[in-house]
Amino acid sequence: MSKRLFVKGNEAAAMGAVEAGCRYYFGYPITPQSDIPEYLSRELPPLNGEFIQAESEIGAINMLLGASATGARAMTSSSSPGISLKQEGISYMAGAELPGVIINISRSGPGLGGIDASQSDYFQCVKGGGHGGYHIPVLAPNSVQEMYDLTMHAFDLADLYRTPVMLLGDSVIGQMKEALIPNPRPVRELPAKGWAVRGKSGAEQRVVKSLFLGDGELEAHNWHLHAKYQVMKEKECISEEYETADARLIVAGFGSVSRIAHTAVTMARAEGMKVGLFRPVTLFPFPEKALAQAAARAGKVLVVELNTGQMVEDVRLSVGAAAQVSFYGRPPGAGSLPSPEELLEVIRKNYEETAR
Amino acid sequence: MRKDVLIAGFGGQGVLLAGNLLSYAAIDEGKNVSYFPAYGVEKRGGSATCTVVIADGAVGSPVVGQPSVLVVLNQASLERFGARVRPGGVLIVNSSLVDVSALGRTDIQIVPVPMNEIATDLGDLRMVNMVAVGAYVALTDAVKLPSLAAALSQALPERNHKFIPANIKAIETGAEAARAKKEA
Repeated sequence: MSKRLFVKGNEAAAMGAVEAGCRYYFGYPITPQSDIPEYLSRELPPLNGEFIQAESEIGAINMLLGASATGARAMTSSSSPGISLKQEGISYMAGAELPGVIINISRSGPGLGGIDASQSDYFQCVKGGGHGGYHIPVLAPNSVQEMYDLTMHAFDLADLYRTPVMLLGDSVIGQMKEALIPNPRPVRELPAKGWAVRGKSGAEQRVVKSLFLGDGELEAHNWHLHAKYQVMKEKECISEEYETADARLIVAGFGSVSRIAHTAVTMARAEGMKVGLFRPVTLFPFPEKALAQAAARAGKVLVVELNTGQMVEDVRLSVGAAAQVSFYGRPPGAGSLPSPEELLEVIRKNYEETAR
Repeated sequence: MRKDVLIAGFGGQGVLLAGNLLSYAAIDEGKNVSYFPAYGVEKRGGSATCTVVIADGAVGSPVVGQPSVLVVLNQASLERFGARVRPGGVLIVNSSLVDVSALGRTDIQIVPVPMNEIATDLGDLRMVNMVAVGAYVALTDAVKLPSLAAALSQALPERNHKFIPANIKAIETGAEAARAKKEA
């Protein structure tokens, strides 16, 4: 076992990228994720990698597209307003089926908003922020260790499915320091990149593109992408459950707020309430089946988010009529993070309603 | 064991370094730790806070609404966070800068430590954060004092390692001052 380090979430993600074999990073600074480019600007050059501070977020995402087209493992990172600027490039990568990792340490909006922890970009990330009806896997770590582990996983998913993959966090997860065990990258069998454009040298021509003008060509391409998303839904859902087995109320939350909810659930259990926590780790594909099972057992789900209600829509779709769904939201801004005590109060109110 | 502390002051008082140092010491003792900073966009003068949770088991929430211990280095932080200390908890104040007379809390233990004077007497006001963390550890046993001293080399950049002996002295003096107040 490796030694325990004590690092920021952002640094852990950057370390995970290096361990995953990423040697090319393109980015433009923005709070609260600038520790990622800072780390990689120092660490990539000695590994014969490239760190480029691009002229803009748009420049950076298109550099990622180019590097990925050669088959290299490459990454960019930004925060909400910068991620908005990258959407065109992400759509092109999804269309051209190019792997690549995008870390989004999101902040509050809309517009310039603020720098505080926020989950108001769930829709943008999970429902396809750019045009064309695509999806990309979205992973939501809730600890420094997961920032490292899930960044490595993101690179594997990207190569397995030939897709951009997003890691979605916020300033709590990015700026917080915790212990990190920098385990070696898991060995996973990955497909050869027979599509990568690396110079023809007498071989068959390869083309990476998202333009399909032939009769029926684009329709077929869309069904091909759709089929890929169905496989992801079948095979790549990750979720975590805490005290759900006998729960009569399930609290559902992802990322930073799931940490606060975890403590609130522990406090509720200490008061004798049968409450559990369901945490989606993958936001796309959304862990519909696991949530539906837990919700059907409990009969009620309380969704907690740092926004006015986004993931709650996927929860409602997942559980259908099998459980009642209620929502507690804290839109982002300075001082708007709920405390465990505040969530306990919300849990108490919802739990009493189930008892009636 | 689960200990949480909110350390608050203004930017430049070394609040974040104090939290970092405490965290490194707890990590070295094999504990689980979360360190969660929150600060303004200003380099100096804005508010700076950090929450440290030290636990044998899972840390859970890195965000703490009602800290069991609050360390305040300036008056504004007392006014912002003083009411939040958990009943039965401890408030450690930098009595050089903070007046607690208007706080009106009888349900917590208040430990005044003249941190600015102690740091200045030891030769550098900038060690006020070390005095504070020494006082905290003396009152809570969250980590062992030698662990703090040993963690300085991790928490400080290499160019400042020459100040480690002075910082150890400040930690010890802060600890003694807090113990004396507690016994008084």
